[in-house]
Amino acid sequence: MDAFLHQVLAGLATGGIYASLALALVMIYQATHLVNFAQGEMAMFTTYIAWSLINAGMPYWPAFLLTVGIAFIFGILIERIVIRPVENAPVLVVVVVFIGLLVILNSVAGWIYTYTIKSFPSPFPAEPLFGIRYMSAHQLGAIGVTLAVLAALYVFFRFTPVGLAMRAAAQNPVSSRLVGIRVGWMLALGWGLAAAVGAVAGIMIAPIVYLDPNMMSGILLYAFAAALLGGIDSPGGAVLGGFAVGVLENVLGAFVIGNELKLSVALVLIIGVLLVKPSGFFGKLHVTRV
Amino acid sequence: MLLEVSGLHAAYGATRVIHGIGFAMEEKSITALLGANGAGKTTTLRALCGMVKTEGEIRFRGERIDGRSTEDIARLGIAHVPDGRGTFLNLTTEENLRLGAYTRKDRAAVEADLERVFGYFPQLRERRAQQAGTLSGGEQQMLAVSRALMLAPKLMLLDEPSFGLAPLLVRELFGILRAINERERVGMLLVEQNAAMALDLADRAYLIETGRVVLAGSSSEIKSNDAVRRSYLGY
Repeated sequence: MDAFLHQVLAGLATGGIYASLALALVMIYQATHLVNFAQGEMAMFTTYIAWSLINAGMPYWPAFLLTVGIAFIFGILIERIVIRPVENAPVLVVVVVFIGLLVILNSVAGWIYTYTIKSFPSPFPAEPLFGIRYMSAHQLGAIGVTLAVLAALYVFFRFTPVGLAMRAAAQNPVSSRLVGIRVGWMLALGWGLAAAVGAVAGIMIAPIVYLDPNMMSGILLYAFAAALLGGIDSPGGAVLGGFAVGVLENVLGAFVIGNELKLSVALVLIIGVLLVKPSGFFGKLHVTRV
Repeated sequence: MLLEVSGLHAAYGATRVIHGIGFAMEEKSITALLGANGAGKTTTLRALCGMVKTEGEIRFRGERIDGRSTEDIARLGIAHVPDGRGTFLNLTTEENLRLGAYTRKDRAAVEADLERVFGYFPQLRERRAQQAGTLSGGEQQMLAVSRALMLAPKLMLLDEPSFGLAPLLVRELFGILRAINERERVGMLLVEQNAAMALDLADRAYLIETGRVVLAGSSSEIKSNDAVRRSYLGY
């Protein structure tokens, strides 16, 4: 029983990471109706930036915040420079651009930082927090950070004028322009936010999976599974999907199929959801009168 | 002059739809563009908002706006109630209205305008928290007019506000439009197939056929024109 509880809680910790990355995918999907295959590599690259800053002697939390800021600007620049020119291109062209971005970021990271696996520090103490012996301090801290990010995003989208304008621009660009919303900038802002959320996910998972240019490939697959499970157009669903996939992967890996086959959980989930319920569990059914 | 248009051409890709339209509007006036399906009325409104490629000159309160982006034109105070109503279907009624005021910085005045809009359309207050996609056609038309009003515009472009509404509702809506015009001191450019209703509301009217203005004058002149009477008023 103890071991089971331990696995569930550890699953929640990684699940939070999947949830963040899944949310980043959903944010870009809602605006562009495309899945950003480079989301994981963007997160990986910014995690390397955090590593550089910390190695250069910057304290952890300032480096964390600075990295998130850099990631935000980096996301905006990617949208403006790389994605904007193919805005009206056929789907396949955009998908190729995403894959190109993935390969470029991966190679550039390998070129600058080498493919040697590096350890990444955790800001949380080595001994368990609050005497909770089922979870390491880092796992608990990662859940806390993830929940804080998700709550901040919720408040931003739900209660601020810019958040409302971003939702409007994603679902009805024509009407948005007619009320004066600069739709192009809203899309860029979406990329910036998605990259920033990805950076947090990368920094939080790095102490667990260690830092290397391929660190996010498996994690992105879980995030895909999470986003699909929750419904690719549902931010709340993606978050719940993230936690569900995290727990499922951990428990199945530990007790049923073994750690070597863990990644197949994500693949089975992706195929299963697409076959049985393509809209996911929380993909909203929008009622429209015609 | 609120709006001066001269030599306006517009095209969708290679298909030219408007061939040198010209008209002018006084501040706070109501002007109607009449014409059959496919005459180019909707395209004219789209051209004014920079939604289609245009040639020719468009001046809004003396300032040239042709070639500007739709967002910038909206920010100048031109509110478009588009063809198909343009509702943000997945947002609530209130969120739709607040988006109308997105570019405004005067918070207190926006709150007051929200109340004023609910004064014109009390049904919308009841539907305040409801997903806008579930509103009836008439309510969505009211929402579209209200959203435009929230911009605090100098000029409203209304594309077929009577479309799909029951006759009684059309009469009610046009009554409210007149009240809005008088109280808010906002000019209105009205595109309508319902020529009788439009001529009752408007001060001036232009008849458009295949992308050209074929007749212009005060509403009463247009109303008494025999050809218009036979083709568009049906008596």
